[in-house]
Parts: sequence; structure tokens; C-alpha cells
Amino acid sequence: MAEPLVIDTKGMHYTPLNRQIREAVASGVKEIVLNNVLGQRFIGNGLRGDAKITVNGVPGGDLGMFMSGPECEVFGDAEHAPGNTMDNGVLIIHGSAGDAVAHSMRGGKVFVEGNIGYRGGIHMKQYECKRPILVVGGTTHAFLGEYMAGGLILVLGIGHEPAVQDRGIGSGIHGGEIVIRGDVDVKLLGVGAKKVDFTEEDLENVTPVIEEFCERFDIDPKPFLNTNYSKIVPSSARPFAGKYTWE
Amino acid sequence: MSLGSVPLKYKISIDRDQCMKCMRCVDNCSYGVYRIEDDKIIIDSRKCTACHRCISMCPRDAINLKERPVDYRSHPLWTTEAREDVINQARTGKIILAGMGNAVDYPIIFDRLVLDACQVTNPSIDPLREPMELRTYIGKKPSKLEFTKNNGDIDLTTQLTPNLKLATPLMIGHMSYGAISLNAQLSLAKAVAKTGTFMGTGEGGMHESIYPYQDHTIVQIASGRFGVDIDYLERGAAIEIKVGQGAKPGIGGHLPGEKVCADVSCTRMIPLGSDAISPAPHHDIYSIEDLAQLVRSLKEATNWEKPVFVKIAAVHNVAAIAAGIARSSADAVVIDGFKGGTGAAPKVFRDNVGIPIEAAIAAVDQKLNDQGIRNEVSIIASGGIRNSGDLAKSIALGADAVYIGTASLIALGCRVCGNCYRGLCPWGIATQKSELVERIDPEVGAQNVANLIHAWTLELSELMGAAGLNSIESLRGNRERLRGYMLDQGLLDVMQIDSVGA
Repeated sequence: MAEPLVIDTKGMHYTPLNRQIREAVASGVKEIVLNNVLGQRFIGNGLRGDAKITVNGVPGGDLGMFMSGPECEVFGDAEHAPGNTMDNGVLIIHGSAGDAVAHSMRGGKVFVEGNIGYRGGIHMKQYECKRPILVVGGTTHAFLGEYMAGGLILVLGIGHEPAVQDRGIGSGIHGGEIVIRGDVDVKLLGVGAKKVDFTEEDLENVTPVIEEFCERFDIDPKPFLNTNYSKIVPSSARPFAGKYTWE
Repeated sequence: MSLGSVPLKYKISIDRDQCMKCMRCVDNCSYGVYRIEDDKIIIDSRKCTACHRCISMCPRDAINLKERPVDYRSHPLWTTEAREDVINQARTGKIILAGMGNAVDYPIIFDRLVLDACQVTNPSIDPLREPMELRTYIGKKPSKLEFTKNNGDIDLTTQLTPNLKLATPLMIGHMSYGAISLNAQLSLAKAVAKTGTFMGTGEGGMHESIYPYQDHTIVQIASGRFGVDIDYLERGAAIEIKVGQGAKPGIGGHLPGEKVCADVSCTRMIPLGSDAISPAPHHDIYSIEDLAQLVRSLKEATNWEKPVFVKIAAVHNVAAIAAGIARSSADAVVIDGFKGGTGAAPKVFRDNVGIPIEAAIAAVDQKLNDQGIRNEVSIIASGGIRNSGDLAKSIALGADAVYIGTASLIALGCRVCGNCYRGLCPWGIATQKSELVERIDPEVGAQNVANLIHAWTLELSELMGAAGLNSIESLRGNRERLRGYMLDQGLLDVMQIDSVGA
């Protein structure tokens, strides 16, 4: 295994930093470690390939936006919209993240150990084998999975009872599913969302996701494989079909 | 109690002496107006949309169409339309959808603006003899240039930002694959490649048949982020963030599931038959700072090699908003006036929200000049540009270039019937039904659209020559060469133009 490329990002602007990352990946570097990251935006933005990027510190907004392939692990919190319109690859955040996490994500996985802000997983979509996954270890704010068109959002709610207590869950959802540990008060569901039974088959489907998440953060998966979940899905794939009449 | 039916919108009749029963009308009408019973063509006028497909295909000119054959009691306030909308909503309780642009009889400012020409004191220029410079660069211009001397040579040291190079200040605006058919989009793509200009892809990804023309496309990223990935961003010659649309400012868009066929589903990367919903705002843009972040994110993802445009609807504070956009690292601001077209919009928005493009162009150009940042962004104007006169006036008001939409569709056959949202377009434009889409031959369509662009370009050269101008830069923002005819003082002040005679 080649030595990782280590970059001290202290005081560095995001453009030269991203250029350096892109050039390194293009030249075949497989592992990059960024130290002293403090607010640099767009890390891994539009990056292709299978490199692994370790971020030590707190990256700025749009981490991994349009990213297509790499794995990016953050030892710290993340800002606004990590995984925005991400295409493929993995983001692992050992901390919490801001609003619009996984906004319009199209594929790959985003794992957040702590909490996320408002509009998590908003407008995630899926197409054929591309099915994005967002897993949140802690809790989330309002409008989780708003306008969701595909994919999976899983909220474990570690240390939170109930796991989610903010409103507007799945408002305008027309595809995909939101799985939340424990019961979810139907008053918290947004327009167009409905709660359905979480079946054995559902548990089988999310088990590999739970196991991978727990392995990433060194958490015992057992308590999460032996508990109840709520599943929230669209009440219709055509939420606006009945809203309009012709001229 | 039943409300009964409302009178016919259009009445179709066939001159039976002329008709040779070739059945072209029956075959061509996708709305089902014509059918054959006992060897006779039977007409159901209620289904007619006035798309003129049958009329244009009838070899004997035997078909006649009359609009509103039944009179209501005339009333200046309670127009036919007002009454029928109430009846419709009393029946359904729903939002009324309408196609094409604003259909209210607002004054058209373009028609109250007149251009100048030279007489005696300065000679006009004959474009047949003198070169007319119409080449237009869209993007940031440096506020100053720095050079170094190098052994007698002079080297430019200022880092220039990428610009789009247009052979004529006229592009085709964003109409997505999904809203329009692939053959329609392909015709437009071939036409812009022929004429040295650009077209917008709309928010719907890029179908692989457009790839050969990708260097002439501007890829759009809207709030639904449909079909957006790094490959798509890298394909376009420029990237446009769509914030708003003139036909429906402030609201999102819904492509109905009926239009999401296998190919559209693949290009947008959404499941077959599902509604494609673009939310009202971009949910990662809640402020002008967030807009700057998205602009920079797009540039960062494409290595700062692509100009990024931001498109907004012309609304009351358009000038201040454009000044914010000019400071966001964006390279151009696209302003879409309230007469802009659309496949479908709630009628109440289409007819009531936003401002005219003419006032918006002048206000934005002036604001950017006043703040000394006009060089930071180009201005692209759209929304109801019908001919080269509107084009010349737009540039004189301050635009760098215009987008046309409806005009380019008319060049493909559209007769502005406004039923785009029904997906049955008999001209093969606003439909995904293969038997209708096949009615457009992209080679023929491309030639028609290229002819239109060519003709307007010729007329623009003539207008400029007549005004004694030989480069488009001399016309741009040159409001001294415009006069207002029967415009009120308020509007003259906003547009900073004088009245005729002044």
C-alpha cells in the first residue's frame, strides 16, 4: 500500500485545495489525508474514482457535492448540505451535520453519526440500481425527506426518545422510504406521507444498512436489529395529480 | 344542479364541395375532432384546440375554423374567459392550468418603442458592403487589462474568465426533454450548431442524441436536479441555475407522470410514470450567500472552466436581485419576462405575476452600471421576443443577448394553441407519443429554425447599419437610439428613454 498523500490545509483556500486533490487522484493516489480542515467548502466536489479522503477537522458546505465514487471520512462535524446531488461513493461523518444533508442525492451512502439539521434527504431520488442511502445516528430537524422521490433514509435516534420529534416528515414525498426507530407520531408527518407497518421483510432489507453503519462507527448493532421501526412512504406517486384542472 | 356545458371555443366546418375525403384531417388530429361514420367525416368541434394541424395539412383548403362561434351577452368586466373560469372552478375546485405565455391583453412595450436611423448628418452603413460585427461574448469582462513587455512583444497577464462566443446575439432558451419531444430538441440543437449559437437543455438532463451538439448547449440545473451529474455538467458549454421562470415566478414545476416515458425517465433518472417535481425554491439556496455557494460549487466541480448563468423571473425588485447575482461569481444573469412561454403554468400565475421584460432589462442594466459592476455579468433577456425588432430593442435597452423559446417552436410548426400540457401536440413538439414525435424530421426542423435565426440576424444587421452602427457593442445599452411612443412618463423614466420627438 502506497503512503497516503497528506495535505496540511491550514489557511488554504478551497480552490487550490480541490485542485490538488483532483490532480492527486488523477495521478493515481488512492488515499489522501487532509489535516487542519476548517471551513473549506466543496471538498471532493465532482470527484470521480475510488480514492479515500480522510478529513481531520470541520469541512465547509457542499462536501462531496456531485461526487461520483470516492469515500470521504470526516473526523469532525460537517456544514451545510454534505452529499448534495452526490452520485456515488460514501460520506462518513463522525459528528453532526447542518441543513439539507444529502440534498437531491442520486446514489451512494451518507452516514452521519450524530444529528442533522432541517430538510435532511430532501428530494433524494432513485433510478434503477441507483438508490441513495442516508443514515443518521442521532436525530433530525423538520422536513426530513421532503419531496423525496426515491432512496432510503434511516434514523436510529441514538440517545433520543422519540428518535425524531420535529414536524413535516416526508412532506411532498412521492418515492422512496423513511425508516425511523420506534414509533412516529402521525401528527409529525407532512402532506402526502403515510405511516405503514414495518414488516420482517423491511427489517431484512435494512439490516445490512444498519450493520454497515454500526461497523463504520464501531457501535454494537444488536439493539438496532431487535427493535421496532416506523416506515414512512408516499401516499401517492402522483401527489399533485388531483390539484389541477385544464383551462 | 348541473352547470351544463359552456359554448364551443372553436367551430370547425368542412366545405363539403371542396373536400376530397383524403382523410388527412382524420389522421392528423390527435385531439379526436374528426372521425369517419358511413364514409362521412364527422366533426366534434368541442375537442378542437385551434392547433391548425388539420388546416395546414388539408390539400384543398376545405377546413374553416371560427373562434367563439357563440356569443355571450357582452360585458366589459365579466368577459367570456372570466365567466368560464368561474364555471370550471365551480365544477372542479382545482387550480386552472394553462399553456404558453401570458394571455392577458397587457400593453406590449416593445410595440411602443421605436428605433432610430441615420439621415444626412451621419451616414448609414450598408451591411452588404461593410462588415457588421454581431459576435457576442457572454460572461465576465475584466475591469482592466494588465500587460507585460517581453522583448518587443506585449503579453496579457490578466487572467480572463471563460466566455461563450456567439455568432449572433440570439440563443434558444431552456425547454427540457420531457416538456418537448426529442425530435424537437434535436432540431433546435442542430440549428444552433449550424448558426454558431447555443441552446438551453432545460431541466431534464441531456439525452444521448444531443451529445454530438453538446458544445452548443447550456445545461440547466433547477430545483429538482433532474438528470444532473458531473458528466452532465462537464458536457455543457455553460451551466445555468434556474431560479425562476417568467411564466410562473415563485413556483416550481411539475412534469406530469404521463409525460415520463421510458426515455424521459432514463434521461431524468427518475422512475417511469412518476411525477417529476421541481420544488419552488432550490432547497440549498435560501439566501444570496447560498446562491453564491451553488455558483461556486458548480465552478469548482467543473474546474472553473464553464460560465455559470443564473436565471430569474422578472419581478418587482429585479434590478436589486440581479445586482446580488452579479456579486455571486455568476457570469450572466438571465431575466425572463412575464410574457415568457411555458408548457404548463397555473393560469393565475401566468397572467398576473411578474413584470415585462422591456422594463426589467433597462432597470437591470442601469442598476449594474450605477454600481460599476456591469462588466461582472452579461444580461440575457427572454420572455416574449417575437422578431428581430424585439431583439434589437432588447439589446438597445441593455441586454447582451436574448433567448427565444416560443418563436423557435413556431419555426417547428407550433401555432400557439396553448395545449402543451396535455401531451397530445399534433405538431410533435410538446408530446412524448412516438407517432406524434415522428412528425418532426429533425433535419427539416433544424433548417427551419436555422433559417429563422439567420433571417433575424440579417435584419438586425440592417437595423444596425441604418442606425450607423457596425458593431453590436455600439447598440448595447444605447437607449439614446430608442424613443418611447405613447408611453407614460413613469415608464420612460424607468427605462431612461425619451419620448418620440424629444
